[in-house]
Amino acid sequence: MPTLRPPTFALPLTLAALMIGTSACGSRVGEETAASGESASCLDTSGDTVKIGLLNSMSGTMSISETTVRRSLELAVEEINAAGGVLDKQLEVVTEDGASEPTVFAERATKLIQSDCVAAVFGGWTSSSRKAMLPVFEDNDALLFYPVQYEGLEASDNIFYTGATTNQQIIPALDFLKDELGARSLFLVGSDYVFPRTANAIIKAYAEEHGIEIVGEDYEPLGSVEGIPTIVNRVQSSGADAVFNTLNGDSNVSFFTQYANVGLAADTMPVLSVSIAEEEVPGVGVEELAGQYTAWNYYQTVESAENEKFVAAFKAAYGDDAVTSDPMEAAYTSLYLWKGMVEAAESFAVGDVQDAADGVSFDAPEGSVTVNGDNHHIAKTALIGQINPAGLIDTVWSSGEPIEPDPCLEDYAWAESIEKDQTYC
Amino acid sequence: MDAVLGQLYAGISLGSVLLLIALGLVLTFGQMGVINMAHGEFLMAGAYTAFVVQQVFDSAGLSLLIALPLSFLVGGLLGVLLEVTLISRLYSRPLDTLLVTWGVSLVLQQLARDLFGAPAVEVRAPRWLQGNVEVFGTPFTTGRLFIVALAVTSVAVLSAVLRFTALGRRIRAVVQSRGLAETSGIDSRRTDRISFFIGSGLAGMAGVALTLIASTQPYMGQTYIVDAFLVVVAGGVGQVRGAVLAAFGLGVLQAVFAYSQSVSTAKVLLLLVVIAFLQLRPQGLFSVRTRSLV
Repeated sequence: MPTLRPPTFALPLTLAALMIGTSACGSRVGEETAASGESASCLDTSGDTVKIGLLNSMSGTMSISETTVRRSLELAVEEINAAGGVLDKQLEVVTEDGASEPTVFAERATKLIQSDCVAAVFGGWTSSSRKAMLPVFEDNDALLFYPVQYEGLEASDNIFYTGATTNQQIIPALDFLKDELGARSLFLVGSDYVFPRTANAIIKAYAEEHGIEIVGEDYEPLGSVEGIPTIVNRVQSSGADAVFNTLNGDSNVSFFTQYANVGLAADTMPVLSVSIAEEEVPGVGVEELAGQYTAWNYYQTVESAENEKFVAAFKAAYGDDAVTSDPMEAAYTSLYLWKGMVEAAESFAVGDVQDAADGVSFDAPEGSVTVNGDNHHIAKTALIGQINPAGLIDTVWSSGEPIEPDPCLEDYAWAESIEKDQTYC
Repeated sequence: MDAVLGQLYAGISLGSVLLLIALGLVLTFGQMGVINMAHGEFLMAGAYTAFVVQQVFDSAGLSLLIALPLSFLVGGLLGVLLEVTLISRLYSRPLDTLLVTWGVSLVLQQLARDLFGAPAVEVRAPRWLQGNVEVFGTPFTTGRLFIVALAVTSVAVLSAVLRFTALGRRIRAVVQSRGLAETSGIDSRRTDRISFFIGSGLAGMAGVALTLIASTQPYMGQTYIVDAFLVVVAGGVGQVRGAVLAAFGLGVLQAVFAYSQSVSTAKVLLLLVVIAFLQLRPQGLFSVRTRSLV
């Protein structure tokens, strides 16, 4: 056998790179799915049951987070069915796997709407999955309930957004840093994709208005860790009062480990994160995170009768180690809100549900939430939390009352300079 | 000054991570011509070994010391299993090996998900590997210092084995001329198997080192596999000294670009440099001189 020479490897290596490339990202947005625009729904409400679709990533990189959302959706379905269903009909669940791939989300959403004839679909996590599904739901005039905080600047009639928009999470977080911690300078660290970039555009506009200096801004490619030591070096030499962290996923592990190891700490340079919730804390490291801040609308430690029931039910179903987090709670809430809208409309038809949506409210584990009929977001209370040594998050500041959703930031004069999507804002 | 020193350290630390991962590939890819896409999953298996050991022994320090040799064994045995069952049947078909090992890597990822769950697990670092030592006012994190030391030690031991032992001579002989080695009475299949054991074992050990600085989760191998191949190709296929130079070179370049530009741009610039370099020197930094005409 001849010795293999380097050129022999060129083709296989290229192939290898391609395979990794395709598995890691998906950019094509479902052109093939938006083609057939049947607007007449095939929803069948004549029997004792009504179908709903659950569309979450059960495989691929996002399955870590989306599996927990699926569980809370299933918990809500069980509870609703045990209590007699919706308009006396039991919910029949059709599940699909979005596979962490926007094109798959679009394709499965089409299938759920056109073949399974579901009344509504619940799911999605990344903004790219939502953006891919949006034309599908608009063209088919169907309903999607999206449970994750996101970058705002969107308001489709066919989507209900039950996570926070920026004025319910990022802006309260900035208020907290400015007023409670007295931060006059910020360093922005984020993953390199749409949410951190948009969030940081908003943060910079806010900073300019309120005289806060942005002393640095750095992005790490999603899922990568190579640049983390450089970023931490920069943060350390910047002398910022606080760090605003929009890193997602595994980069956080390297970031916080390095942060603690070079001697930075929560009491001298606090980090406020918007993508670390209860289920991520053990993976990142409780010791490294203790004392750092987070911004959400729900924590497992929230004290309310509804939350006690939610946490107990979740632990009963998935074990004592299971924790509950903001996106899980928002997903659980989304099913009850849909139930509320259907009951107010006394109909499962999409148009009737949309018309009845305004003002529908639910005593959620996070507190009372109310649907805004104009922009399809919900009024939520903002909570700043501090990670405790047990790995849970304690509320240290609250907006006190639900904040009306303002996805387009119309009520903030300083936000005028931010580039907005003309379709919705 | 301290920014320069800090960045230099960041570069060297990244370089030693790349080196630890690429070292195993130098053997399996470089010397045997096997493109093993599951190399990253051996890394992951090593990291989970550290996690399991830590569940048994509560002390983080003790479990790290036990996990290092144990993960070498776990990675190595996985490698041998793969070599015996699949790769040995495909030695003359590099493209098929690529696809088969890619499939194996997906299976291993799913296995890890089923065994340990999809979320990342926490592997605690021992006290003495948390924090930093200050050199001229610049903090050198001890966890990364440990990785640098581990990488340097691994290179030294591997080079010594290749150079001075009978096993090393056999491996080099098979690499330079398989036919001639066989006529001299060397069992080339057995040598392959041992090479694969060592190469995969090194990946397992690198996995333990990574638990000190990155997250332990089923997909962690994917993050590094391309960079590791990059190091081997840029260094010259099959060359330990090439891999050392390429790993530290790429690490420091990445740190310099990241500091002067931004972290995202650094990766692009780095790949451009490697492409340009391979245009000028397709055989990499070093290459084996043989009399073969191919």
